[in-house]
Amino acid sequence: MRRSIIFDVTVRGVLDAALVASVFLLFAGHNRPGGGFVGGLVAGSALGLAFVSIGPGGVDDLLPVRPRLLLSIGLVLVTATVIAPMFGGNAPLDHGLWSTDLPFFGTVKIVGALPFDTGVYLIVVGMVTTVFEAIGPDVDRDEVQEP
Amino acid sequence: MPLMLLLLHAVLGGAVLAASGRLRRWGFLVGGIAPAALLVWLLANASGIIDGTPVVEDRAWASTLGLSLDLRVDGFGLVMGGIVSGIGVLIFAYGWYYLADSEAAGRIAGLLTFFAGAMATLVLADNVFLLFVGWELTSIISYLLVGGDGRTAEARDAARRALLTTGAGGLAMLGGLVIIGHEAGTYRLSAILEDVPQGTAVTVALFLVLLGVATKSAQFPFHRWLPGAMVAPTPVSAYLHSATMVKAGVYLVARFGPAFASVDSFRWTIVVMGLVTMLLGGWSAMEPTDLKQILAFGTISQLGFLVVLFGAGFPAATAAGVGVLCAHALFKATLFLVAGIVDHGCGTRDLRYLPPLEGTAWRATKIVAAIAAASMAAVPPLAGFVAKEAAYAAFLHGSTSDRVVFAGLFVGSVLTVAYSLRIAVGLFRPDLVADRDPDATLGDHAAGHDHPPSFGFLLPSLVLTVGTVGLGLFPHAWAEFAGPAAEALDHAAHIHLELWAGLGAPLLFSMLTLLSGVGVFALRRPVRRLVEATTPVAGRVDVFGAWVRGLPSFGSRVAGTVQRGSLAFAAGLAMSFVSVVAAVVLVTNGTWWSGGTDVIDAIVELPIAAVLVIAGTACTMVTRRYTAAILLGVVGYGMALFFVVNGAPDLALTQVAVETLSVVVFLVVLRYLPQRFDDRPPMGPKAARIVASVLSAGFVLLFTLATAGIDQDPTVAKGLLAEALPEGHGHNVVNVILVDIRGIDTVGEVTVLVGAALGIAALARAVRKGRTSAASTNVEASR
Repeated sequence: MRRSIIFDVTVRGVLDAALVASVFLLFAGHNRPGGGFVGGLVAGSALGLAFVSIGPGGVDDLLPVRPRLLLSIGLVLVTATVIAPMFGGNAPLDHGLWSTDLPFFGTVKIVGALPFDTGVYLIVVGMVTTVFEAIGPDVDRDEVQEP
Repeated sequence: MPLMLLLLHAVLGGAVLAASGRLRRWGFLVGGIAPAALLVWLLANASGIIDGTPVVEDRAWASTLGLSLDLRVDGFGLVMGGIVSGIGVLIFAYGWYYLADSEAAGRIAGLLTFFAGAMATLVLADNVFLLFVGWELTSIISYLLVGGDGRTAEARDAARRALLTTGAGGLAMLGGLVIIGHEAGTYRLSAILEDVPQGTAVTVALFLVLLGVATKSAQFPFHRWLPGAMVAPTPVSAYLHSATMVKAGVYLVARFGPAFASVDSFRWTIVVMGLVTMLLGGWSAMEPTDLKQILAFGTISQLGFLVVLFGAGFPAATAAGVGVLCAHALFKATLFLVAGIVDHGCGTRDLRYLPPLEGTAWRATKIVAAIAAASMAAVPPLAGFVAKEAAYAAFLHGSTSDRVVFAGLFVGSVLTVAYSLRIAVGLFRPDLVADRDPDATLGDHAAGHDHPPSFGFLLPSLVLTVGTVGLGLFPHAWAEFAGPAAEALDHAAHIHLELWAGLGAPLLFSMLTLLSGVGVFALRRPVRRLVEATTPVAGRVDVFGAWVRGLPSFGSRVAGTVQRGSLAFAAGLAMSFVSVVAAVVLVTNGTWWSGGTDVIDAIVELPIAAVLVIAGTACTMVTRRYTAAILLGVVGYGMALFFVVNGAPDLALTQVAVETLSVVVFLVVLRYLPQRFDDRPPMGPKAARIVASVLSAGFVLLFTLATAGIDQDPTVAKGLLAEALPEGHGHNVVNVILVDIRGIDTVGEVTVLVGAALGIAALARAVRKGRTSAASTNVEASR
């Protein structure tokens, strides 16, 4: 594929913003539109664009871990959140609520659902990046021809 | 305590497996501790159990599901547990010598330890589900042991056949046990058998259980897997495929047969099945020259005998069954062990190639085998004779139908005598039994190249032989523990084990059996020709073989038709199928049109709809794939607008994110596809594609109308809204539903996502690896 400078520069600009936005969606999700799934999709799309634009080596630098590690951590987080309440004799997935007053940030509430949603987020990002790594352009760069 | 002992099997088995490479034959020493401990415990508690107080241990497991780890050691459990652990200890000692130089010794030792635990669980369990767990574990471990390291196709086929046969039967049995437990109102085995449920459902359930019995204990017509399983190393064959695992079915018949004897159809099916198996097994055992094959068919025959005895269901037969069970465990294990010793020492166990076995050690081996074979043939004063006398007496003193069964047992016993002679005579004078291969003596197996067994190697068979002789000479000591075992099955089953029961019909028929057996043996050559001629008809009835071979070929034929490598074809087929099925349901239910729904909610929806229609129509007319992908994106974002208009920001957000990701995926994937659409063959004819599209669109329309008209119960939404903040601590109801109220669904979904991601990665890697030879492999895979 022809490299397009405009495309590359746009992607580079959008990437960071999109990743920040995806994390915002993850945290905001419990009270406003958003959530782990949407956040993961946004981050996945941004990383997918990066795959197309800068190719494999670049994204390997961008992403500090292997995609499959994201899948595993996500699945562990999700499962752990389901199981953890059972040790306290509660129903599975019984979310607790911790609230503290921090200086500067004001009142911060952390819901037990947050690790669960984070797990979902990581799994979606991991899935998208795994798939892009599998079918992406890096695989056979020498074979890529003008479509 | 018994539960801890069973767990000890699992712990030691796991440890031996984990260190199998370093332990090798030492694995037998480590693993053998478990069955030895169980044996010691059984012996220490034997007196109380024999006096009639079973040892009971209940441990809650998942009590809400009716699962509990209930163990109950009654008289029969004591005998079965004693066979499992006692022969287990001997097998471990034997394995030490048999697999002394084997690479696989550690693996086999570890698996055998697991097996001993699973088998003991099966016979000591008092909860039907725990029994089933043990049952399935033995099938799986048998698969691993028969398959070995999976290097030979013969072992793989035999292992798979055994697993599929016993596994399918096990599933049927689980269904039967669930029905019986449900009807009885308890899943506790002893409680079910105390107060048996009645009714049609129970009868059906009994036949399902019978399927499990027939497959596990190699009853006709499910017997074919057992001779194949003989590819396993001899300690495995001796332990699993003669002494214990194949007795699991017999164990179940012993528990259920007397209790459910009032169900005539069940009783007679068992008895006929057992008789056919006994005769067929004995008949087939006249043909092979491989010692283990003779023994395998002999085992099938003996299992049929046991099934008849326990299945007949009346007290005297049940009592005799316990006797035959003990005697069989002693003599059949001995014979297998000797076959292994011969194989180990001479490199063959085929009577056609067997060298003359000379020297003290070999002579001792042959005598041990001869005593065991004599016990199998019911020669006095051995255990087999005493047990068979009891069996004969039970059926001779019964009703007319019992005498008919007796006739079958008599013929089966005559065949037993004949093949026992084949084994015993074959070891001393192989030339009398098999057509000797004239070249054999010139090959590797020439005389003098054999090495006789050491004393330790022979010791386990000697111990068993002492048992065979001892029980025969002291039948009253035998009755001390066999009696309570029979009474545990049927309160009226009082055992009569006598070496000398007086001159009477049983003794007369026993002598007649022996004489006729010798006669059949004298006619062995014509008989063998007759067996060879009839084997294709009788011996090769092979239900599961046909199924096992048929299933993959059926599957590949279907796959070859449906998966022809065209995405358009596959997608069109799937969409059309779903559409037609769903549309038929919607129309016949009359749910597709709800009447007074407002199709248009707001004026602002009209321009959005117009954009969607234009983009969708254009999508079908453009020729460049990129353009089509972007137009599809327009449709998707348009849908997001709909969600915004209708006040569903979360849905809109998700829709936008999904659309964006789809466009990015298209960017990547379209690089591999031609730039323009074309109408070449793989796409299928245009008319077919139009039909598929119209069907799909029609279905979506019907479905939308149907869902729009569903009466939404407002209390559901209100309940969710009310619970979201106090219970889920969130203001966003959609999110609270996803992560809390329906959180378990989400767990399932993300697990599927992970599986899909790994699957795509694996597929892509396979394609990449085989890209050069992709064409050929794909064609092969689809065939």
